[in-house]
Amino acid sequence: MMPHLGPMVRKEFIQMRRDRLTLGIMVGLPVVQLLLFGYAIQTDVRNLPTVVLDQSRTPESRDIVAAFQNTGNFRIVAHVNDRPALDRAIDRGEAQAGIVIPYDFPRRLARGTTARIQVIVDAADPLASQAAIGAAAGVAEVRNLALLTRAAGRSVVPLEARVRPRYNPGLRSPNYIVPGLVGVILTITMVLITAMAIVRERERGTLEQLIVTPVTKTELMLGKIMPYVGVGLVQMTAVLLLGRFVFAVPLAGDVLLLYAIALVFVVASLSFGLFISTLVRTQQQAMQVAFFFVLPNILLSGFMFPRQAMPLFFQWIGLALPLTHFLKVLRGILLKGVGLEALWPQVAVLLGFAVVMIVASVRRFHKTLD
Amino acid sequence: MIQPSVETRGLTRRFGALTAVQDLTIRIEKGEVFGLLGPNGSGKTTTIRMLCGLLEPSAGSATVAGIDVTVAPEQIRQRIGYMSQKFGLYEDLTVSENLNFYAGIYELKGDARRRRVAAVVSFVGVGNRLRQLAAELSGGWKQRLALGCALLHEPTVLFLDEPTAGVDPAARRSFWRAIHDLAAQGTTVLVTTHYMDEAERCQRLAMMSGGRLIALGTPAEVAAAVGGRTLEDAFIILQERDER
Ligand SMILES: Nc1ncnc2c1ncn2[C@@H]1O[C@H](COP(=O)(O)OP(=O)(O)OP(=O)(O)O)[C@@H](O)[C@H]1O
Ligand SMILES: [Mg+2]
Repeated sequence: MMPHLGPMVRKEFIQMRRDRLTLGIMVGLPVVQLLLFGYAIQTDVRNLPTVVLDQSRTPESRDIVAAFQNTGNFRIVAHVNDRPALDRAIDRGEAQAGIVIPYDFPRRLARGTTARIQVIVDAADPLASQAAIGAAAGVAEVRNLALLTRAAGRSVVPLEARVRPRYNPGLRSPNYIVPGLVGVILTITMVLITAMAIVRERERGTLEQLIVTPVTKTELMLGKIMPYVGVGLVQMTAVLLLGRFVFAVPLAGDVLLLYAIALVFVVASLSFGLFISTLVRTQQQAMQVAFFFVLPNILLSGFMFPRQAMPLFFQWIGLALPLTHFLKVLRGILLKGVGLEALWPQVAVLLGFAVVMIVASVRRFHKTLD
Repeated sequence: MIQPSVETRGLTRRFGALTAVQDLTIRIEKGEVFGLLGPNGSGKTTTIRMLCGLLEPSAGSATVAGIDVTVAPEQIRQRIGYMSQKFGLYEDLTVSENLNFYAGIYELKGDARRRRVAAVVSFVGVGNRLRQLAAELSGGWKQRLALGCALLHEPTVLFLDEPTAGVDPAARRSFWRAIHDLAAQGTTVLVTTHYMDEAERCQRLAMMSGGRLIALGTPAEVAAAVGGRTLEDAFIILQERDER
């Protein structure tokens, strides 16, 4: 069965080894992307410049300010004496957040009634303000627990605060970004590699010589996919290891399961690239189509923006992208540690996508020059 | 009755409004060295591509080794060898890797493969260059390698599209010696060329111009049919007629 596949695969491996540029892209891209996304595009906001208006000036109030600072989200840049001064600081952009602790704060705490602190956030930067609000809620809740423990026996519920993020308690963006990045990097490189595969042979004139031989269409297609499956899995390993050791991203679930599903995703991406290769006539066109495909993957898959917030139409487009489903798998396994019982619908979609694309590529490709 | 090795009837290929090959009917016998001659754009490559199953004819039919190329193109693959006009091997593979790749594609295995590759290497004389990348070979060596790859599976019909373009005279002579050796062993060779001395070495020629068959026969017959004393004259007469 498929007697010509072995030579095809061997040939691709030799060519891969000699093609320094592609090899460089395959190794360099994951590293550069990871560092870029990991460091530059930090969606969690640290060190938000903050002014404090502490009207009570008590040990309790200093305690709470310290707690805010300890979250790492707030960096106290100034103490002010009245409310207008605080507003001015925020208006001028000297600070992006303000903390107001009223006169009666310690008294209310002591009495067991709800004690209020006000956190004012410059919401012009939604990302920063969200992070600040999240962190403030966190502070309130931690304080709550502390107070409850101290006040055990008395029936008091002092501070108000909710919102406790599960699975990613620090609300750290690397936890969110790095698993997603595995999918994005695989999509970009896998689709691009095979999108060029057949047109390159066509442009160089090697296809003409190859298709007068008994090699079959299926062998030709699989021969273009198989060598790069290994490349994809190596890339994934590199990103996961970097994510683990540079950004301390957890590896919660079954890694073997992750690799098994990643294999399906890699084949799906490669076969999509191959399909592109059967649609276009030149490598340049292939590159353009591949990038045209990569963009919606980054925007609509849920990699950077939550899909629930998108108009329905874009959510549907997102559903057609393999990356959307693989992201669920990645985050599900890496952050939540869920297993196949939760992820089988995603696996089914990815498998279906791969099969459809391979079949479509084989059917579209003809062993002729027209 | 002896079956012809290649036979075309009314073979025609159009590209949009352009008719690249029009109503071509030829018959090539087994073991013959048959030349396809004609100015640039006269339809030589298009003809060969149709015979190899690389292009579908717009009209007419063709059989190669008794098999209809439009009906069963896959069945002729194992029986034909093809050297494309443009170098079609992998420049980023070495000479030996190219040979072994094609040997694998033609399902040669183990000892049989080693023996066959070694035989071809000595036949086309690339023994000293096995480890060189194809990209680094000069034109003549590339053509020898391409011939070698086309011979690995011992095809009964060999299509050579301008195999000696850009090759020095000495190398051309040895190339043609190889062609005649193959023909002597029973291989049918269909070869295109722009060199008149090479055309003279073919048993029969088809002279094409503007996609049409102008003359068919021995070199002398073809020259006479076009109205020249030599093939060279005939060729120039054709070219001038084309330009008008
Ligand atoms: N794929 C194609 N699409 C459109 N036109 C084509 C195609 N292939 C060939 N042609 C045209 O068909 C005609 C015959 O071309 P062909 O390559 O067969 O000529 P040729 O005799 O091999 O010429 P040369 O001596 O230059 O190799 C030319 O006018 C060429 O431009
Ligand atoms: Mg030609």
